Amino acid sequence: MIQPAQPELVTVFIDGQEIAVPKGTNVIEAARMVGTDVPHYCYHPKLSIAGNCRMCLIELGMPMTDRATREPIMDEATGKQKINWIPRPQIGCGTTVAPGMHVKTQSPMVKECREGVMEFLLINHPLDCPICDQAGECKLQEQATGYGRGYSRFIEQKNVKPKRTRLGPRVTLDDERCVLCSRCIRFTQEVAKDDVLGFVDRGSYSTLTCYPGKELENNYSLNTVDICPVGALTSTDFRFKMRVWFLKQTNSICPESSVGVNTVVWSREGVIYRITPRRNDEVNDTWMPDSGRVLYKEVQAENRLQPTGDPASDLLATATRLLQGGAVAVVGSGRSSLEEQFLTAKLARQLHAATFVVGRTGAGDGILISADRNPNTRGALVTGLISEVPGDLAALGREIDAGKVKTVVSVGEDLSAAGLTAEQLAKVAIVYLGSHANATSAAAQVVFPTLTVFEKSGSFINQQFRLQKFASAVPGLTGATDDRVVLDQLVTAVGGESAGSDLVSVWRELAAGIPGLADLTYAKIPDTGLLLADDTWSQLTFPEGESLHHQPAAAETTA
Amino acid sequence: MPAPAERRIIFKHIDEEGYSNDLACYQKHGGYQVLQKALTARPEDIREDVKKSGLRGRGGAGFSCGLKWSFVDRKSGKPIYLVVNADESEPGTFKDRYIIHQDPHQLIEGTMISCFANDVKQAYIYIRGEFPEGARILERAIQEARDAGFVGRNICGTDYSCDIFVHRGAGAYICGEETGLIESLEGKRANPRIKPPYFPAVLGLYQCPTIVNNVETLCHVKHILDMGPDEYLKIGTPNNTGTRIFCVSGHVKKPGYYEYACGEITMGQLLYDVCGGPREGREFKAVIPGGSSAKILRFGETFTLKNQDGSERVLKVEDIPLDFDTLAACGTMGGSGGVIVMDDSVNMVEALANINAFYAHESCGQCTPCREGSLWMKKISSRMVHGEAREEDGELIKSVADQIAGRTICAFGEACSWPTQSFVLKFGDEFKAYNEDKKTKSADRLELV
Repeated sequence: MIQPAQPELVTVFIDGQEIAVPKGTNVIEAARMVGTDVPHYCYHPKLSIAGNCRMCLIELGMPMTDRATREPIMDEATGKQKINWIPRPQIGCGTTVAPGMHVKTQSPMVKECREGVMEFLLINHPLDCPICDQAGECKLQEQATGYGRGYSRFIEQKNVKPKRTRLGPRVTLDDERCVLCSRCIRFTQEVAKDDVLGFVDRGSYSTLTCYPGKELENNYSLNTVDICPVGALTSTDFRFKMRVWFLKQTNSICPESSVGVNTVVWSREGVIYRITPRRNDEVNDTWMPDSGRVLYKEVQAENRLQPTGDPASDLLATATRLLQGGAVAVVGSGRSSLEEQFLTAKLARQLHAATFVVGRTGAGDGILISADRNPNTRGALVTGLISEVPGDLAALGREIDAGKVKTVVSVGEDLSAAGLTAEQLAKVAIVYLGSHANATSAAAQVVFPTLTVFEKSGSFINQQFRLQKFASAVPGLTGATDDRVVLDQLVTAVGGESAGSDLVSVWRELAAGIPGLADLTYAKIPDTGLLLADDTWSQLTFPEGESLHHQPAAAETTA
Repeated sequence: MPAPAERRIIFKHIDEEGYSNDLACYQKHGGYQVLQKALTARPEDIREDVKKSGLRGRGGAGFSCGLKWSFVDRKSGKPIYLVVNADESEPGTFKDRYIIHQDPHQLIEGTMISCFANDVKQAYIYIRGEFPEGARILERAIQEARDAGFVGRNICGTDYSCDIFVHRGAGAYICGEETGLIESLEGKRANPRIKPPYFPAVLGLYQCPTIVNNVETLCHVKHILDMGPDEYLKIGTPNNTGTRIFCVSGHVKKPGYYEYACGEITMGQLLYDVCGGPREGREFKAVIPGGSSAKILRFGETFTLKNQDGSERVLKVEDIPLDFDTLAACGTMGGSGGVIVMDDSVNMVEALANINAFYAHESCGQCTPCREGSLWMKKISSRMVHGEAREEDGELIKSVADQIAGRTICAFGEACSWPTQSFVLKFGDEFKAYNEDKKTKSADRLELV
């Protein structure tokens, strides 16, 4: 692993507390490091500084020096250098630390500034928290408890602005709730590179709107909902579905592509309501594509594979008979977790079967969707399931045509979608593990209904060779079995040794069997992932191009 | 003491019989000779002369022009731009418009000298959208100057080249704020920029070092070079050099523009001797000395100021010498030179309602205190004048203003809150009694902008 360079440190004093922070840090972040929250609306760590909400005003002072001699001016009473406090409050977001800087975040002046801004933000706000979707995760609500007046001095008519505006296919806007922080505008300009949002009109009548004739329809539009500090931008899918304080949050990884976007899955009583990004500065910052947010719908999809009613032992017996017949090929998946791939490889070894993985590519968007649409191609390499970058199943087709393969085990892969013909499928017996019905499950002799990524725990290795774990957010479908359990049972049934299918046991095997994972356990994987050495596969050509926080190895050498 | 004589430098020829705004007339009066002389000097010497002259900006803030020029990042390797701020929008101010209409070549000459002094290859004149005639006059004058070799390539036969473009605003007060102006010039909404990091001298127009100067300021540059900084220093008072154009409007017998050496004339002399005093049967009540955003002065109030030797002097409004420093010491400012006079026929609540309506309309809406506060103040003051005044409204409106000033991105926060703060502070009784007064004194229905 490569150690990041040590940043140059600057010593500052936040409310008298001394701390060394990296050069270039702003006051809000510096205060965060001493555990002090500087309230803000427009500031976002991953966007440019706008400085418009004025909520983060702080008092700033610099050590006094003599102008002529540059000698420090000392305070005789304390023996310390005198501090020259700037009479005007300064914005914390736009103020970069300087050596010896003093900051007051709790002074009467700062409190008064915050109270003033809060009052201003609320005078034209509809105060409709009871019917607002943002309630419970609203910065305006949060800061109002600390700096709100509790009653209103405003007896005039409030401004009237557009409500329930369709900003795009997935985003609904309530302009009356907008605090005009411009986070969404900056996001569409700077991250999504789709400059469609802007303010029209001026003063207090300023209104967020879309460029005439256009819509906010890019695949990152829902990030504007995430970063909207108030209830102005809401998700059309999620709004009015559930109060956020009822929801359970589970850390997960988006299976959409090999980027491995870190996510939070929000659920209640076994039902998922939404998926939002989870901050990981090495992978996805604080963003995720819209397309990844709807994947939870597969959990309750109509084509979920339901248990047939046959006893599980019958399924296992049939599958065992087929596998013991020999001439088996195993089709693993780049969508399976590392743990599942390991067990798939173990099964294949036990059966002396050839292994295949279905490659799945599409155009990368240069941001958070990569060309490799398998979230865990690297896992298949690390577990030894395959040794090359996966492609199609042409080789398997030839072997079926030649009669060399009689039985195919498919772990979640639709073989016909991967290129095998109906004739080829008819020639072989199929053992299928999967969560959703497709042509392969229909043609299969044995079908094990298994779980979606939201119902099970495991890990993926993304395009950076970063090992990242996800946890089960909701209980699995009744009668469906975790892939790990099925694979482990099959291994045992064909004469292999089981070390247990639970995560602890599988990781004991993984750590013992794979040098790159030695000493690791599932619990030890940090929430933001662990970068693995990738030298073994440096000769391979992967399909990914450049994306956020990822430079393909080939590009590095040519650049 | 009678008022001193007018000292016309900028307006020297304006209003003269037969003086027109074409190049031939300007040259007949010695035009562009200073530019030719300047082109033989070293740019850094010109900058030094301007610094030495003590010239202070005439746009409103009164910042040292020489100092402003010295902040320019000359090592970045990027082009340096000069932008002429002709977005004269401060209510009560009408001097730049007059210069442009009557003597555009004076501005062009001052601009070209300043460009040469600062190694500028491209200058812009950002002219207020409501000045279509001024824009036409400038376009014509620049073309004349270009044809005559005073603007454009190889100016006056030297190897120095610099062009001027005129850019028209679209009607927003905030475009006069220098970073808002720069944004507007770049084709964007005129939202002022945060400073730091976007100081124009370092990261201005197109993120390049940029000088933004007021029209009158640049005209002064020409005269500084013409008479030499030492001579210029003799005009006015220490630290308040040169002349100022006062745009007097409101309740005086002779409103208009008057050019005087800075600090050599007092408010009393200007209003009584020069402008003919109040209208018949009226008395002066208040005066705003530097454009509507400057704090108001109430006739009858006194100011205790410290002299340099430590002693104190007491000034009445009439005694205040019209310079930058004394007006600042009296809690207001010389600003843009727009002197707005009100006599005892004016109700201060109604006057403030008018000012507040203006600033609420002109707030860009970018930062919270100004955006929300300016409209709130307008809503309160218009409610007051529409028959629903409450006794506590004066205090309320002032506390709103207190929550704006000093907490905004640009100086508009002060511009919109200073009138309210000073009106309520000095005429609090009128705010308290407004409803009662309305019942006893019938007033015409007030139409607000």
